[in-house]
Amino acid sequence: MLDDFFVRALLAGVGVALTAGPAGCFIVWRRMAYFGDTMAHSALLGVALSFLLGSSLTAGVFVIAMLVAFALILLERRGALSTDALLGILSHSALATGLVMLAFMSWVRVDLMGFLFGDILAVSGTDLLLIWIGGAIVLAGIALLWRPLLAATVSTEIAEAEGLRPERARIAFMLLMAAVIAIAMKVVGILLITSLLIIPAATARRFAATPEGMAVLAALIGAVAAVGGLAGSLGWDTPSGPSIVVAALLLFLASLLPWPGRAPAGDVVPGKAARP
Amino acid sequence: MTKARPDLAPLVRLSGAGVRAAGRWLVRGVDLTVRPGEIVTLIGPNGSGKSTTARLVTGVRRPDEGRVQRAAGLSVGYVPQKLSIDRTLPLTVERLMRLTGPQPADAVRTALEEVGIPHLARAEVQTLSGGEFQRALLARAMLRRPDLLVLDEPVQGVDFTGEVAIYELIRAIRDRTRCGILLISHDLHVVMAETDTVICLNGHVCCSGTPASVVESPEYLRLFGARAAGALAIYRHHHDHTHLPDGRVQHADGSVTDHCHPGDGHHHHAHGETGSGRHA
Repeated sequence: MLDDFFVRALLAGVGVALTAGPAGCFIVWRRMAYFGDTMAHSALLGVALSFLLGSSLTAGVFVIAMLVAFALILLERRGALSTDALLGILSHSALATGLVMLAFMSWVRVDLMGFLFGDILAVSGTDLLLIWIGGAIVLAGIALLWRPLLAATVSTEIAEAEGLRPERARIAFMLLMAAVIAIAMKVVGILLITSLLIIPAATARRFAATPEGMAVLAALIGAVAAVGGLAGSLGWDTPSGPSIVVAALLLFLASLLPWPGRAPAGDVVPGKAARP
Repeated sequence: MTKARPDLAPLVRLSGAGVRAAGRWLVRGVDLTVRPGEIVTLIGPNGSGKSTTARLVTGVRRPDEGRVQRAAGLSVGYVPQKLSIDRTLPLTVERLMRLTGPQPADAVRTALEEVGIPHLARAEVQTLSGGEFQRALLARAMLRRPDLLVLDEPVQGVDFTGEVAIYELIRAIRDRTRCGILLISHDLHVVMAETDTVICLNGHVCCSGTPASVVESPEYLRLFGARAAGALAIYRHHHDHTHLPDGRVQHADGSVTDHCHPGDGHHHHAHGETGSGRHA
């Protein structure tokens, strides 16, 4: 059955979505959307370098995403530019440098659209193994780091004062993010990875009562979006990566409807936010 | 009324502690001791180094000069100054109580009852008012049974009646648990009545002393009312210098210097109590 390209695509999509959901929750809670985008964009530079050095694409993407994250932390500490400006510089210069490098390597024939928007229908058995094993490692890492990460999300100072070492957890989380990007690239592509992190998490918010519940729900919603998007892609002959993102968007829009049960997140009494 | 006992070993002692960042001293020459059952209030304008000093006390930051001694096995409860929790985080008050470690359900219930918000256990923290949120943070810090409670501007964003109520609550916590409390306030003149020592910071210890009761001052009594007078006290500063807006310092003898640090020859090291304040 694994010989069927569509079954492989489904397994890949679901595997990536299950991993991206919980990781995406932290991206949303910590307001790191642009940061995730920057790490994802740097993946193209990783692709170009992998071709140049003849190394594995996944390893190249992982290492470059990690380096960009560390560069950002170092530049942030120098404090010369705002984080926002730094992200803009790193994000687009990494993407552009990758494109320019690929153009120089005339001997390499690459499917650029596949890297930018995903090529899930070309997923191989090895890719599947990588997605599921890598995904399991990422999820285990998030589970291990859960308490310090969540505490630092609420207040870095509380986490520090009470000995949870939030800085160490933050660096470990960046490693996990780099891994998510490396395994998600093939499925939705560099330009759309962040959407798979953020949209399912935002959709889950409406129905979740606890942070843990939201992480699980985001994973499930992402999986539904992956299956729905791929089915749509097959039925209407639309590009698979963008179709998954559109399916996620439809689920998000549906979550905004007035469902019975929990109050929508947007209805938290305005002006009474917990910012004393 | 329970008074601090100078015979007890200090929970934390800072001696000549200073912190440097980006080539300048954030705070320097801080001497400070907190003993069990004692309330020490740090006051000073914005940027005077209060939060940095608190970070030395909690052990998050190491001093670049001087010494910080903490009692062995000291457990610290911390209530931070500012929290901005994203609205996408589904966090109830109950879950907030277990943020840094597991807590039994009845301990959580008791802690919330003690701060007067048991009815809010299932409320999401983003919907709380400033005062309710401060109470929740206090309950969370108390659940760890800390020896030392560090409160960074606990009455910020709380109205006047709420402020008095929170001070009464802090006193009740101190009386019951006998923990030491380091309280940070940006109010330069009104401090919590139970404060044993006030330390006024402005890059260094400007002055320190004990606050005077509001009850002794008819004008403040009229201003605050009788109930508030029990919770609040007045601190009279006795500075031998003034910090000018450009950062320079004007001393009592009229001379102006660029810095204001121990050892610049302008500080008078008087050690007796002079009224309510004391030069440092």
